[in-house]
Amino acid sequence: MIYNIPYIAVAALILLGLYALIFKRNLIKMVIGITLIESGVNLFLITLGYRKDSIAPIYTSSPGGTMAFPVPQALTLTSIVIGVAVLALMLSLVVHIYRHYATLDVSKIRRLKE
Amino acid sequence: MNIPDYTIAMVVAIPLLGAFLTPLVSKINDKIRNIFVILVLALNAGLVFLLASEILTKGIKTYIFGAKDLTFPIVRILFEVDAMSIFMAIISSILVLIAVIYSWAFMKENTGLDKYYTLILLLTAGMLGMVLTGDMFNFFVFLEISSIASCALIAFWTDVGESVEAGFKYIVISSMGALFVLFAVALLYGQYNALNIALLSNLIQYTFLDKIALVLLIIALAMKAGIVPMHMWLPDSYGSAPSSVTVILVSATLASLYGVLRVIFTLYGNALSTLIRFDISVNVLIGWFIVALAVISIIIGVTMALIQSDFNRLIAYGAVAEIGYMFLGIGAGIVALGTAYGKIALNGGIFHIMNDALDVALLFLVAGSIYYATRETSLDKLCGLARNMKYTTVFFIIGLLAIAGMPPLNGFASKILIYESTFQINPILAIVAILCSILLLAVFVKVFFSAFMGPKISKYSDVKEVPKSMLISMGIIASIIVFIGLFPDIIISNIVEPASNALIGYSEYVSQVVGGL
Amino acid sequence: MFTIETGSGFWNPIIWAISIAIAFLLIYVIRSIGKKEYKKDTEQVKSFLSGNPEYEKEKMHVKASNLYWGFTTSLKGLYNLLRKMHTGNTSDYVLWFVIILAIFFLIEVI
Repeated sequence: MIYNIPYIAVAALILLGLYALIFKRNLIKMVIGITLIESGVNLFLITLGYRKDSIAPIYTSSPGGTMAFPVPQALTLTSIVIGVAVLALMLSLVVHIYRHYATLDVSKIRRLKE
Repeated sequence: MNIPDYTIAMVVAIPLLGAFLTPLVSKINDKIRNIFVILVLALNAGLVFLLASEILTKGIKTYIFGAKDLTFPIVRILFEVDAMSIFMAIISSILVLIAVIYSWAFMKENTGLDKYYTLILLLTAGMLGMVLTGDMFNFFVFLEISSIASCALIAFWTDVGESVEAGFKYIVISSMGALFVLFAVALLYGQYNALNIALLSNLIQYTFLDKIALVLLIIALAMKAGIVPMHMWLPDSYGSAPSSVTVILVSATLASLYGVLRVIFTLYGNALSTLIRFDISVNVLIGWFIVALAVISIIIGVTMALIQSDFNRLIAYGAVAEIGYMFLGIGAGIVALGTAYGKIALNGGIFHIMNDALDVALLFLVAGSIYYATRETSLDKLCGLARNMKYTTVFFIIGLLAIAGMPPLNGFASKILIYESTFQINPILAIVAILCSILLLAVFVKVFFSAFMGPKISKYSDVKEVPKSMLISMGIIASIIVFIGLFPDIIISNIVEPASNALIGYSEYVSQVVGGL
Repeated sequence: MFTIETGSGFWNPIIWAISIAIAFLLIYVIRSIGKKEYKKDTEQVKSFLSGNPEYEKEKMHVKASNLYWGFTTSLKGLYNLLRKMHTGNTSDYVLWFVIILAIFFLIEVI
């Protein structure tokens, strides 16, 4: 049971991120929601590489024994870098929006109504 | 002549190198930078056509990064190009070249143009990487590259409030979709310890977690392609971006549609014939769901286009309806997998991808020309422009007839394939498709009447025809449209048939990687 | 090179062009058999407006939003529903994605 806690944490993070994205009205809170979803998916990627009683996959002066898979850790690093770039772009767009609309309420930033 | 394998990697690497060199070149002169970008893209298009002539005659090519041969276990990233991939790459490279020729004159008075051209080259590299790759995580990385670059291009005119708002909505939706794609890729990796599409297709058994991954992949990639009811970002972003950027965005949206095709036909190819409850096979269930969403897309796209008063948003809603036609053809092909009319439906859907990309691009270029000449995009205020802008009017008439499916232009050639094959699945689908095609004609006749016909207004009595580079780019697309309309069978039997054969016969894709081991 | 074969028929743009040309030729022949009572530049060719006072041409051009008034008003129920659905709120865009995800999940997986 204790080995399932990371998966429960992943589900909780993604659901909290979706809740912040759908029900909160401040733009910064929506950006934080996307970051929460991204953290959840990164945690899921790292958890997949764990084997029972394994150590970090570094060869230099390792104490021996089974090592965790290194491939998911490489995938997670790529994903973290992409997440940083998207976060920087979103926050700079929020600054521009505040200059034009003078509010951060997403239900008032609706000039492009259909 | 045997083309070396590394041509596939050069197709993605040359725009990337050009993107890094563009800020340096632009310090010399503006004209030299424009010529440099056009030369890079023309070289890239030439390489794509060379690759296409080899693949359509000889078969699948692969390129392995970092090794000479494949050894087991497969950990290398591969680029695997079959006929469907090169079909999408041809469309993308033609549209980007046209957009850059158009933006020579269209964006001339803007500042910060070195960043604009850098972003266009990055977006090209991202799009071409998305369609040429054979690895699921690599697909996610190129998807994110293209969405970041296109968000920055949508919000390019930062002095207008609507553009920034559209850019923000685009990046929120886009990164949400990409994160769910990554979640599905992680699910598949955790079960089978493989990221390669061909290897996963060999190993897949249709367990419960595979079903969750299929649902997430299809819905997230369909949201990026613009299916109703998740389409609402599409009119916002197509309508507020500069018109030359919208042409490239159309091609990036179609690359996500290619992702849906690759997932359903190749990744889950072995699982498509398993039977679930009530003895229905999986492809019937997925196919009917896609057909239902496609019919709703067509109806809502056309009816919302009828009440718009902004030119760019109207064409964007027409683009939503046309994506519905593509999904209708593809969904009918999935439902009737294995029968003769299912193959024709798939042919129609794939042929419509190329036709619709060209038609919508021509209409957006015309909208950009009108904005350049009159600084006005609202249809309520435009009147009587056909007296001064004769060439633009002719190009708009060609685009109008093409997108509404009038013979003898290319829209009719693909739509008749869709009408006749979906009629045999259920007559209601063909009836809805034909009626909404007629409504689409009504929508664009409204634009023609209110913007081009009408009396001479003193405000617009001295608009001039647009500069030559914009006319040349519109002329190229119009001539391709007329050519495909008059000679449809050249395109279908040489480019579209191999693509749909490659999708249905996925075992050749798989055996290219797995067969030798 | 010119025909596409759908499963239940064929389409050839050259045959279509030839038949349209023959049809136009026929229409021209039939029209030229009729009476010629057309005098250019007289009162006969001006358009006839009855009832309303005639403004100058620039004010009588119908604006683009009003062109399909009959169609839009008779389908008013559908258009009210569509206008309410397209709010422009970013959270609603994500909400539609989650709803379609849930529907497809229930159909396909369970």
